Amino acid sequence: MRERSRDLGFRLGTGAFALVLVVIVCGIGFVLVQQSMPSIRKFGFDFWRTETWNPVIGDFGALPFIWGTLYSSILALILATPIAIGIAVFISELCPDVLRQPLVFLTELLAAIPSIVYGLWGVFVMVPWVRTLETSLPDSVRQWSLFTGPPLGLGMLSAAMILAVMIIPFTSSVSREVLKSVPAAQREGAYALGATRYEAIRAALFYARTGIVGAIMLGFGRALGETMAVTMVIGNNPKMAISLFAPQYTMAAVVANEFSEASDALHLSALTEIGLVLFIITLVINSLSRLLIWSMSGRTTIVEEPATPLAAESAA
Amino acid sequence: MMHYRFRKLLSSLFVGFCALSVLIALVPLAFVLFFVVSKGIGALNVDFFTHMPAPVGEAGGGMANAIVGTLIVTSLAALMAIPIGVVSGIYMSEYAGSRFASIVRFAADTLNGVPSIVIGVFAYGVVVVSVGGFSALAGGFALGVMMIPIIARTTEELLLLVPGSMREGALALGATRARAVVSVVVPAALPGIITGVVLALARIAGETAPLLFTAFNNRYFSTSLTQPISTLTVQVFTYATGPYEDWHRQAWAGALVLVAMVFLCSLLARLATRRVEQMRAN
Repeated sequence: MRERSRDLGFRLGTGAFALVLVVIVCGIGFVLVQQSMPSIRKFGFDFWRTETWNPVIGDFGALPFIWGTLYSSILALILATPIAIGIAVFISELCPDVLRQPLVFLTELLAAIPSIVYGLWGVFVMVPWVRTLETSLPDSVRQWSLFTGPPLGLGMLSAAMILAVMIIPFTSSVSREVLKSVPAAQREGAYALGATRYEAIRAALFYARTGIVGAIMLGFGRALGETMAVTMVIGNNPKMAISLFAPQYTMAAVVANEFSEASDALHLSALTEIGLVLFIITLVINSLSRLLIWSMSGRTTIVEEPATPLAAESAA
Repeated sequence: MMHYRFRKLLSSLFVGFCALSVLIALVPLAFVLFFVVSKGIGALNVDFFTHMPAPVGEAGGGMANAIVGTLIVTSLAALMAIPIGVVSGIYMSEYAGSRFASIVRFAADTLNGVPSIVIGVFAYGVVVVSVGGFSALAGGFALGVMMIPIIARTTEELLLLVPGSMREGALALGATRARAVVSVVVPAALPGIITGVVLALARIAGETAPLLFTAFNNRYFSTSLTQPISTLTVQVFTYATGPYEDWHRQAWAGALVLVAMVFLCSLLARLATRRVEQMRAN
C-alpha cells in the first residue's frame, strides 16, 4: 500500500514538471492576446487589410509584412523542396554506406549554424553577389515586373535564397526519416516488375507522399518564423511588390527591428499582434505537418526507431 | 511502354539530380564556413576575449562583456530548462501511454516550432514588463523557454531506448517505480541525455532574436541579473548592421567564435551518440 502511494507521488511529482510545458504554451497565447488587445480594439480587422505602417501618427496596417513573409517563404519553399528531397533520396537510397554518416553530419551542421551567422554572411558576401547577378541581367529581362527596380542586392531574392539554405536540412532530415519507414517490399516489388532505379524510388516516394508533404510543411513553418538572417538581407521596406529585386519586409523582421524602440503603447501592441498572428500561423502549420508525418509513420512503421539526439535536434 | 533506353536515361538523370542536390546544399555550407573562418581568424586576437568594446568609432577593443554575458544568460536558461526538461522527459517516457503524456508531447512539439522572435515577445510580456526594464533575467527566461522542449523530447527518446528488461529487473527486486527510474533507467541513458543538453546549449547560445528586447544590450561590463546585458549574438548583429569597418571585422570574429562552439558541440555529440547507436543496434 505504501509503495503504491509512493508511485502515485512520483507520478504526480514528475507530472507537475511536465505540466510546465503545457502552461508555457497556453501562457504564450494568453500573454500575446492580452498585450495586443489595444491594437485589436483600435484597428480590428483593418489591421490585416491596410498598407500604412506609420508609428509617428500611430496608424498601423500589417498587410505588407504578411505579403513579405508569405512571398519569401513560398519562394524559399520552391527553391528548397526539390533539393531537400533529392538529398533525402540520395542519403537514404543511393549513397554508399561510407558516405552516409558524414553526409548526415554535414547537412545537420547546415541546420546548426546560427541564424545571425547566415545573416552576417548574407549581408557581406551573398548580397554583393546577388547585386552583380541583378546588374548583369539584360535590360529586356529587367523590364519584366518580376525583375523591375534598382538592383540593390538587398531584397526578396536574397531573403528567399538564404531562407532556402536554412530550411533544406529540416525538410531533408524529416523526408529521410519518412523514406526509412517505407517497407522494403515496396521497392523490391517494383524491382521485381522490372523497374529502373528511378521508377522504384518513385514508388517509394509515392508511398511516402503524406509524410513528405508533412516534411515540406515543416520547412514552411520554419521559413515563416525565421528572423535574423531575413532581417539582415531583405532590405526592410514595408512596400508590397512583385519584383524579386524590391526590398521588402517580413512579420518577424519588423518585430525584431522595432520592438525595442517602440515608444508608445499602441506601437508595441501592434507589434505584439503581429507576433500573435505569427504564433497562430506556425502553430497551425506545425500541427498539420506533424499530423501528416505521424499518420504516415504511424501507419507504416514496423520497427520503432527512435531518433538519436542529433536527429532529434534537427527534426525539431 | 516507354523505350528501355529512355527509361535507363531517365533513371540516370534522376540519380544525377539527387547527387547534385547534395552538392548544391554543401556549397553554401562551404562558403559560409570559408568566409567565417578566413574573415574571422584575422580579427580574432587576445584583445577580443579580454578587452571591452572601444568607444564608438575607434578601432580595437573586444567583446569581453558580451562573452561573459552569453555565459550568464545561457547559464540562467540551463538552470531553468534542465530540471524541467529532464523531469518532464522522464514523465513522458514512464507514462508514455497516458493521455496527459500525449498532451505534454504535443505542447513540447508546439513550443519547439514557435518562432524564436515570438518567444522574445512572450518573455517581454512576462519578465520585462514585471521587472520594469530589459534584464539578463528576461534573456535567460526567453532562452530557457526555448530549451525546455528540446531537452524534454531528447530525454524522453533516450529513456525509451533503455531496454525494458533493466527496468523490469529493478522492479522485480522490489524497487519502487521512482527508485527504478532514478537508480537504473536514468543512469543508463545519462551519457545521451548529457549530449542532448550540450547540443541544446549550443543551439540556444547562438540565438539572437529572443534577446533583442529581453536582455537587450549593454556597452559596459555587467554581471547584474536585473540590468540589460550584452551577448555575443546581439553584439554581432549590432556590429554587422553598424557603419564602421572595424565593427564588421569584429562581427566576423564573433561569428567565428559562435560557429566554432556549435561545430565542437556537434562533433562531441556525434562521437558520444556512437555509443547510443551501438546500444540501439544490440
